[in-house]
Amino acid sequence: MTTLAPPAIERRTTSTPHVVPATAVRRGRGRTRRILLALPIPLAILALWWIAVRQQWQLPFGIDMRFLSDPLTVAQTWIGLAVGTGSDALSGSLWRHTAASALRVLNGFLLAAAVAIPLGILMGRLRVIRELLDSTIGILRPIPVTAWAPLSLLLIGYGDRSTIFLVFLAAFFPILLNTIAGAHAVPPRLLEAAQMLGVDRLRVLVDVVLPSAMPSITSGLRVALGLSWVVLVVGETVGITTGLGALITQARDMSRTDVIIAGMLTIGVAGLLSDALLRRALSTVTRGRPGLT
Amino acid sequence: MTTTLESRPVPASSSTTSAPGAAISVRGVEMRFPGKDSDVLALSGLDLHIEAGQFVSIVGASSCGKSTLLRLLAGFETATDGVIELGGVPVRGPGPDRGVVFQDYGLFPWRTSMENVAYGPRRNGMSRKEARAVAGDALALVGLETAAGRFPGQLSGGMQQRVAIARALANRPSVLLMDEPFGALDAMTRSSLQEELTRIHRETGTTTVFITHSVEEAVNLSDRVIVMAGGAGSGLCGHVIADIDIELPRPRDINATEFNRYERAISGLIHGDES
Repeated sequence: MTTLAPPAIERRTTSTPHVVPATAVRRGRGRTRRILLALPIPLAILALWWIAVRQQWQLPFGIDMRFLSDPLTVAQTWIGLAVGTGSDALSGSLWRHTAASALRVLNGFLLAAAVAIPLGILMGRLRVIRELLDSTIGILRPIPVTAWAPLSLLLIGYGDRSTIFLVFLAAFFPILLNTIAGAHAVPPRLLEAAQMLGVDRLRVLVDVVLPSAMPSITSGLRVALGLSWVVLVVGETVGITTGLGALITQARDMSRTDVIIAGMLTIGVAGLLSDALLRRALSTVTRGRPGLT
Repeated sequence: MTTTLESRPVPASSSTTSAPGAAISVRGVEMRFPGKDSDVLALSGLDLHIEAGQFVSIVGASSCGKSTLLRLLAGFETATDGVIELGGVPVRGPGPDRGVVFQDYGLFPWRTSMENVAYGPRRNGMSRKEARAVAGDALALVGLETAAGRFPGQLSGGMQQRVAIARALANRPSVLLMDEPFGALDAMTRSSLQEELTRIHRETGTTTVFITHSVEEAVNLSDRVIVMAGGAGSGLCGHVIADIDIELPRPRDINATEFNRYERAISGLIHGDES
C-alpha cells in the first residue's frame, strides 16, 4: 500500500497582534454615570423630608411630622456634635461616642469570629461534632439578642462587657452558619487530592477546607458586622454613658430628634466605613489569590 | 536516563515503599456496595499483577469497574474482600506513594503551580527550600517551569493537567494512577500530552495504571492493555475479559497497520460485550 503525498496547500498569514492597547474613552464615562445615578433618590428624600416637616404632614401609622427636625437643623446639629460648635452639653462629643461604640463592635465581632470560624470548620467537616451541637445551636439561634439583654445586664452588669457580649451573640451565628456551609461545600476532589498527597486530617482542615470556605466565611463576616452595629444600640440603651446608642437614648430623654437622627446617620456611616475596612482587611489577607473571595 | 528529579532526596512519607516503580498485586478482590434490597457487586474475584515500571491501561465500557479498581489501588476505597499490595505491602488508605491524576485535575485554585506541586513534599517533611527545588524539577519534567508562578485558573486545561502530573510525581511515587486524565481535553492537547507522558514514563520508570475510554490512547501509551467488562446493564460484576501485551516498538505510530490491528481487536472485545 503506497502512501500518498499530502496535497499542496498555501498557508495564509497575518501580522495583526492578538492583544492590542485599549481605547481610552470608555473609563471616564462610567464614573460620571455612577455619580449621576447615586444622587436623585437621596436628594428626593431630603426634599420630601423638608417639605413634610414644614407642611406638618400626617403620615400613615400616626406619624406626625411636626415633631421631627428638618434636614437643615439635623445637619447643623450633626456638625455641632462633631466639631463642638453647638451650644449644648452634647456638642463636640461625637468622636468620643463613635470611638466607644466602634471599640465595642470590634471586640464583640473579633471574639465572635475567633470562636465561630474554627467551630464552623469543625462542624462542617466532622459529623460527630455537628450532631453534638446542632440541637443546642438550633435552639439558641432564634433567640433575639434583645431578649438576651436583660439577662446580660443582670449577670454581667452594666458597662462595656455586657454590650460586647451582646455584639458577640449577634455576630456569632451568621459567621458560624456561613462557615459551616462553606466547609460543607468543599469540592470532594480537593480533599481526595490532599489525602493522596499524604496530608493528615487536621492539616487538611487548615490547608484545604479553610481556603475553600473563605467566600462563604467572608459573606458571614460582612453580615455579622452589619448586625453588630444593629445590636450595639440595643446594648447601649441602659446604664452606659458613652456610645452612639447612649447618645441616642440621652437625646430621646431630651426629645432632641435632631440629635437622634444625627446619631442614627453616624451609625450608618460608621457601619459603611467598617464594612469597607473589613473588605480591605480581607483582601489583604487573600493577597490576590483566586478562589478565596 | 535519570532526571534531576531522581537525584533529589525523597520525601519521607508515612506509607510504604519509596522506590519509583513498584509491583502491584491484586488478589481475589471484591468490591461490594451495600444497597437497600440488594448489594451491588462492582468487582468480584479480581486478580491482577502489574510488574514494576510497567505502563498498563485499563479499558472497557462505562461502569465496568475500572474506576472502582483505580480508587481501590489509590486507597480511596477499601476492598470488601481480597488483597491489594504494593511492592508486597498491603495498601491502607491514600498516600503519596500512589500518586493520582484526576480527570478534573483537582489543583488547589488558591495556590500557584509551584505551590501546588511543592505542597506534597512540604507536608511530607521537606524544608521549604528543598520542596521548592523538587517542585521546580517536577515542573521542568512536564515542561512548565515558566508557569510556576501562575494560578490554575490562568492555565489551559492541558497545562493544568501537566501541573497535576508534576504534583503527583514530585513525591516520587511508586505508582502513578491516572483516571481518564486526558478525557476533558481537546484532541490536539490530548495527543501532545500522550507524547509527554510517554517521555515522562521513559524517564522516571514509574509503574503507571492508566484508565481511558480511548482504545487508540491505550494502545499508544501502554506496555499492556487490560480489557474489563460488566457492571450496570450487563448483569455481571466487573471482571477482566482480556489482558494484552502490546508488542510494538516505541515511538508508536498510530497509523501503522499493526497498531490498527491491536485497536480493532480491543475495540471488538469491548463492543462485543456491549451487544
